[in-house]
Amino acid sequence: MADLSSTFLGIRSPNPFWLASAPPTDKAYNVNRAFEVGWGGVVWKTLGEDPPIVNVSGPRYGVLHNTARQLIGFNNIELITDRPLGVNLEEIRQVKRDWPDRAVVVSLMVPCEEHAWKTILPMVEDTGADGVELNFGCPHGMSERGMGSAVGQVPEYVQMVARWCKEFSKLPVIVKLTPNVTNILGPARAAKQGGADAVSLINTISAIMHVDLDLMTPSPHVDGHGAHGGYCGPAVKPVALRMVGEIARDPDCAGLPISAIGGITTWRDAAEFMALGATNVQVCTAAMTFGFKIVEDMIDGLSNWMDEKGYAHASQFIGKAVPKFVNWEYLNLKYAVKARIDQSLCIQCGRCYIACEDTSHQAIFKEKNGQRHFEVNDKECVGCNLCVAVCPVENCITLEELPSGSIDPRTGERVGGYANWTTHPNNPAAKPQEESATSQ
Amino acid sequence: MGAKTPAATAGDIAAGRLEADEYAANFSDSHPPLTLQQSLVESDRCYFCYDAPCIQACPTGIDIPSFIHKVATGNVKGAAHDILKQNIMGAVCARVCPTEVLCEGACVRNSQEHKPVAIGALQRYATDALFASGEQLFKAGLSTGKRVAVVGGGPAGLSCAHRLAMLGHAVTVFEARPKLGGLNEYGVAAYKVTNDIAQREVDYLLAVGNIQVQGGKALGRDISLAQLRKDFHAVFVGAGLGAVNSLGVDEGGLSGVHDAVKYIETLRQTKDLSRLPVGRRVVVIGGGMTAIDIACQTKRLGAEDVTMIYRRGPEQMGASEKEQDWAQVNGVRIKHWTRPVGLLSSNGQVTGVELEYTKLDDSGRLAGTGERYTVAADMVFKAIGQVLVKDPFDENGRLLLDMRDGRIAIDDERRTSVPGVWAGGDCVAGGQDLTVAAVEDGKLAALSIDKSFKSAAKR
Repeated sequence: MADLSSTFLGIRSPNPFWLASAPPTDKAYNVNRAFEVGWGGVVWKTLGEDPPIVNVSGPRYGVLHNTARQLIGFNNIELITDRPLGVNLEEIRQVKRDWPDRAVVVSLMVPCEEHAWKTILPMVEDTGADGVELNFGCPHGMSERGMGSAVGQVPEYVQMVARWCKEFSKLPVIVKLTPNVTNILGPARAAKQGGADAVSLINTISAIMHVDLDLMTPSPHVDGHGAHGGYCGPAVKPVALRMVGEIARDPDCAGLPISAIGGITTWRDAAEFMALGATNVQVCTAAMTFGFKIVEDMIDGLSNWMDEKGYAHASQFIGKAVPKFVNWEYLNLKYAVKARIDQSLCIQCGRCYIACEDTSHQAIFKEKNGQRHFEVNDKECVGCNLCVAVCPVENCITLEELPSGSIDPRTGERVGGYANWTTHPNNPAAKPQEESATSQ
Repeated sequence: MGAKTPAATAGDIAAGRLEADEYAANFSDSHPPLTLQQSLVESDRCYFCYDAPCIQACPTGIDIPSFIHKVATGNVKGAAHDILKQNIMGAVCARVCPTEVLCEGACVRNSQEHKPVAIGALQRYATDALFASGEQLFKAGLSTGKRVAVVGGGPAGLSCAHRLAMLGHAVTVFEARPKLGGLNEYGVAAYKVTNDIAQREVDYLLAVGNIQVQGGKALGRDISLAQLRKDFHAVFVGAGLGAVNSLGVDEGGLSGVHDAVKYIETLRQTKDLSRLPVGRRVVVIGGGMTAIDIACQTKRLGAEDVTMIYRRGPEQMGASEKEQDWAQVNGVRIKHWTRPVGLLSSNGQVTGVELEYTKLDDSGRLAGTGERYTVAADMVFKAIGQVLVKDPFDENGRLLLDMRDGRIAIDDERRTSVPGVWAGGDCVAGGQDLTVAAVEDGKLAALSIDKSFKSAAKR
């Protein structure tokens, strides 16, 4: 059995699955229920200054369903906790006392003023909480007040507040990053320079879910008007993966632990984020969709997969995919694949054909001896993967690597070896061969 | 469906075998409509195939992936238009088509998971929604001044009439019976076409305009082909089949022996089914859709034992596998490889059927084994196919139209051997005896008629 125990900034938890700062962690009642089912830790829903904020009494959540009504994207306009600070602090104290083996980190958001942070940090520390997470990500409601993503979008602010927090508290400090920036490395590096112990990402993406075509208003609406909200759920996972990977491979961020957030629904999602450099993961939408019990599959799914792969501890695979995440110019242009259609699995739907014919490279034949039959034309196939993407049958179409030394029937060129764009003759900025090789 | 009749006596034929609510339940929708949610889940299963096999398998060539995609996006009106522009009787076809051997049989989902997209149910969903909205999607074309007679107001005739009207021709439909719709109205099991869908579809179709209906007019009795040819620029014959094949045994005019189609016709037009008498023990002879329909409906009227007799095996039955399963779900017993050799009777009332086991002989021909048995019956239904009544086409002992295999011979465009006369539906040779095929016949004939007018105008 793999050891799932996790240590993040010295904070121990029985597994790497934490609930993210969000409605599921707003109060002791919910957190206790989560711990009973097995969640490894929580980041308590963001605390702010008294008097508490107020939430709308109209709909807070919007959803993107697929046609089978499965939730694939989720949006919220809820603000930080709307309960008095004292109530939250007292519940945090009790929960940590009741669950000493679980991680209890507290999310914070107060105005960008030194005294505000200086005031609240000792109060949190006094509860016995394990750490703080700075909410620099919330893109709605609070950002207009100069907090949340309004801070996260300005690296100088990130650095400044991180420094205050390290100065006024001995608790580990996690900076939660907003994805609503052009370059995630700016705030990530700033967090590190400010002395933060880790980053967590992504917070939600600014979004409008729908437009009601009868009312002509963003949907859902509050009394006829709609505000943008924060978008999350399975649909944002690829965006989050890229940002996590970007930080994980950045030399300036080297050694900065990452807690990954963004559409994590299964153990597999979690493993992917960890392979791309995250030490642990935080989950919200999946729990809000299915309830806390969903962690059971995350726990034994990850454990079973680790056993199968021979990983005794997550540290053995965390970051393992990071070196493979490179920029386009380092991809091997001498590598070539061709699509292969397994005729024994093909159900003759023809989707590969029409996708390729209409929108790509006209590389699939639609008949053979007058019969409906779909087969790849190697002379035209660029190996783009579109047919694989649209094929409804698992493993029916695969990409097969052309053997090294063979001739690609499309280009007439020999396959094999390594050559990338940095040395390609068509590249006006091509570097000499030796230099590019050493930069690998 | 429980029978509550006391001990069997010969000729135990009675009405009111069930409670009122049992009739209602037994003759309500056998396959209830999809809910909105079900329609979304099911439409999502369609792969939107290229050059989709289901389209090829549909006799009317409905662009099925297109209409299903439109159901998925909430464009239900667009979906209904896709269906009806190819098949104006798409609402009833959605209910009565043997989809398992047509569109759904061709669905690529069969090859992996043996569960096709429920195309028929989705087609019903889209057409139901259109009828509920009351919106008319079609309109008659600008008048061409051409007049066309349509003989028979069944699926073939109505389809032809609708298409002709859309092309601007003035149509007169002659129908022998009180209502239009043909077998949709007078045949087909009641639980497949509930809520008066056959008439609602006829109303929708006629609302296109430019179609005149003359009821109570039978070919050969009230109207003649020769006169119609004189009075109209073209004639379409969609007269259906009028007679039932005989059993080939002495029927002796016994009471209790019925034509299945006639009984179903009565059943379909009976408002209060508790007043329709049915035998306690029923034997149905035949293996087609009509045999299944009569067997299941008599069972649902309260018959205690219903036995279908078919001379060959399940593979040779005209009824699809799904229909055979449906009969068995209804508690109908199917006896294969057995044929009737005589009827048993008492005082002029049938009491049973004498049967002989059959097999294929060495040359592959059906033969009796000589071994016989009897099945008791209070009612015996003949459901062994129908034949064309040729009298209306007979002029002084000479047939006006060429025949083939006992039915009217036609070419690809549904032209008969006589210029100016087209034909389609069950009365023509080489057809599938399906509503959907009749609709296609009518449509193709209308297009051919229109083409003939245009080419005549050019000359």
